[in-house]
Amino acid sequence: MSIELRHVSKRFGGVEAVSDVSFSMKDGELVALLGPSGCGKTTALRMIAGLEMPTAGDIYIRGQRVNDLSVQKRNVGFVFQAYALFKNMSVFHNIAFGLKVKKWKRGAIEERVSELVMLLDLCGLEKRFPHQLSGGQRQRVALARALAPNPTVLLLDEPFAAVDAKIRQELREWLVHLQYDLKLTALFVTHDQEEAMEIADRIVIFSHGRVEQIGTPREVYESPATEFVARFIGVMNVLDVEVRGGVGRAGELEFPAHGHGEGERFRIGFRPYAVSISSDPSALRYRAVVRHTYFLGVMMRVELELPSGQTIRARVTKEDYARLGLADDREVSFQLREYRLLASEGGLLEPEVAVAREMPPMLGEGI
Amino acid sequence: MTSARHRERHAASDRSTREPPFIKWTLITVALTFAGLFLLLPLLNVFVQAVSKGWVFYWKSIADPDTQSAIRLTLLIAGITVPLNMAFGLVAAWAIAKFDFPGKALLLTFIDLPFSVSPVVTGLMLVLLFGAQGLLGPWLQEHDVKIIFAVPGMVLATLFVTFPFVARELIPIMQAQGTEQEQAAMTLGAGGWRTFWTVTLPSVKWGLLYGVILCNARALGEFGAVSVVSGHITGLTDTLPLRVEKLYHEFDSAAPFAVASLLALLALLTLVLKTLLEWKTHRQHAKGQQRGAEPAALNSEPGSDTAHFIRPSL
Repeated sequence: MSIELRHVSKRFGGVEAVSDVSFSMKDGELVALLGPSGCGKTTALRMIAGLEMPTAGDIYIRGQRVNDLSVQKRNVGFVFQAYALFKNMSVFHNIAFGLKVKKWKRGAIEERVSELVMLLDLCGLEKRFPHQLSGGQRQRVALARALAPNPTVLLLDEPFAAVDAKIRQELREWLVHLQYDLKLTALFVTHDQEEAMEIADRIVIFSHGRVEQIGTPREVYESPATEFVARFIGVMNVLDVEVRGGVGRAGELEFPAHGHGEGERFRIGFRPYAVSISSDPSALRYRAVVRHTYFLGVMMRVELELPSGQTIRARVTKEDYARLGLADDREVSFQLREYRLLASEGGLLEPEVAVAREMPPMLGEGI
Repeated sequence: MTSARHRERHAASDRSTREPPFIKWTLITVALTFAGLFLLLPLLNVFVQAVSKGWVFYWKSIADPDTQSAIRLTLLIAGITVPLNMAFGLVAAWAIAKFDFPGKALLLTFIDLPFSVSPVVTGLMLVLLFGAQGLLGPWLQEHDVKIIFAVPGMVLATLFVTFPFVARELIPIMQAQGTEQEQAAMTLGAGGWRTFWTVTLPSVKWGLLYGVILCNARALGEFGAVSVVSGHITGLTDTLPLRVEKLYHEFDSAAPFAVASLLALLALLTLVLKTLLEWKTHRQHAKGQQRGAEPAALNSEPGSDTAHFIRPSL
């Protein structure tokens, strides 16, 4: 285990920023701490670095309890959101700083810095000062500076938030390659679920200072443990269902009562990909009109409006969209392939419920 | 320099909202005339009066032993107070900008106190505290320590009056910088002392120098507070400003102006240094902003973001 948090909590005055958080990461793993802003993920990261002290719980780095170890002695690399480059030092001296502190020999420092300059494609910029660099370059200098003293683990706080979309994409790829090539153990904080899904080996999802779920990107997407995760990762349709006449009803949509009595309410959720669409308005169970179409690249998201005015979001491939001749205001029919029962607010999700396959072969079966 | 750039930017950006030329020229004429009449002319007159009895007399006035002693005392007081206030200012600014603690707002207010209190009152405060009839007077007399009507009192008065300059200059700079650079240094293994000397101090050096220059100018020129506590003992507790006043009251026509011209020269030197620093920090600031605003401008250069994304082989 490279890093382990055991029941870690942090209070600021009366506010509990992090409460009873436990997770661990293996050597060579790239893990994302994902959550909306203010959910405590940055505080967790800063506690691992030693920039904040936990109110309760223990933090281990490589099996050693580090609660009482100063920031200086933890040997972690930290990349700040706003880079925090030493603005009075050149790129060379920024990268060399940690090595000088550790009293490396001059020759060794020069060698290590030029190695990192090569690695992060900063050749020719060694004599520049931070204010003479672009955002992406500054970020790479910050990475190089953190990596120079060979840290046990690299911690990154919203590393790509301050650069524009194109550079962000490039930096993400840098991080993935660096992590793979150098066998780095890295933990990064992000509020961007797409970023976490794309580059992390595993994701720790935070909400209100608590861990909601830990899993691979695939696991948290396909089997969200809580409604929060289901809503935060990707898109989810959530419906309020009331049992009337022994059937759960949400507008025109009908579901089995799932053991609920007459008049009781429960909620269900389903992903846009679980909606099958037919261009024949009477081929599938429910009728609807295409209200809006969103172009997402390979996929198209269509918003379907039922006669009652209720809308649901569905997803089809670009090819299916064309094949079915879908367009705004087009009448279609649809059917759900699967859905989940949602427990009361915030609770754990029930396992998936597949709808009986009573319908003709379905179209729009995407991912 | 600064104002020229400002004008250019304005001319380019809001031509449509500009005033007609005659208003512009009227305002400029008024401003320049006013500055010339009330600022430049009196200053020039000081120099003219100073040499009105010839250069020999000018030199004799300055070489006078009492004036020489005033020069030495002025430099001594500045030499003590400026380094002390530099240290105090740094500590206070550091504490206010980088930590949260109870009484922070109060400290911030107290730093400004010398600006709002009349220097004469400052002097009286010291007399009431350290004077023969003062609070600590009997104890001081008993132990044969002389503060009021002696150099220590003048140093204290100057210290008090010049306290805000360095702190006031540094607080906004340090607040704007936050503590992330220091935190970064700590994660790289640097201790507090090393962080201060290699990261914190260099990043505020121009602001610090600016504050020191202003502090020094005031320390050299302070009159009110020092006048109250000095006792005006010629050759012993006269600083340059006090000496000027004394010579003036002796109805000497050229000597006070000769000595005053020294102070005026120091003031001009301060102005030049101050302007140079302002220009320098402004330029740095502008450069930083410009680069920050358009990072794409560097894209064609080596190692830039979009120019190439080919990882070097490892």
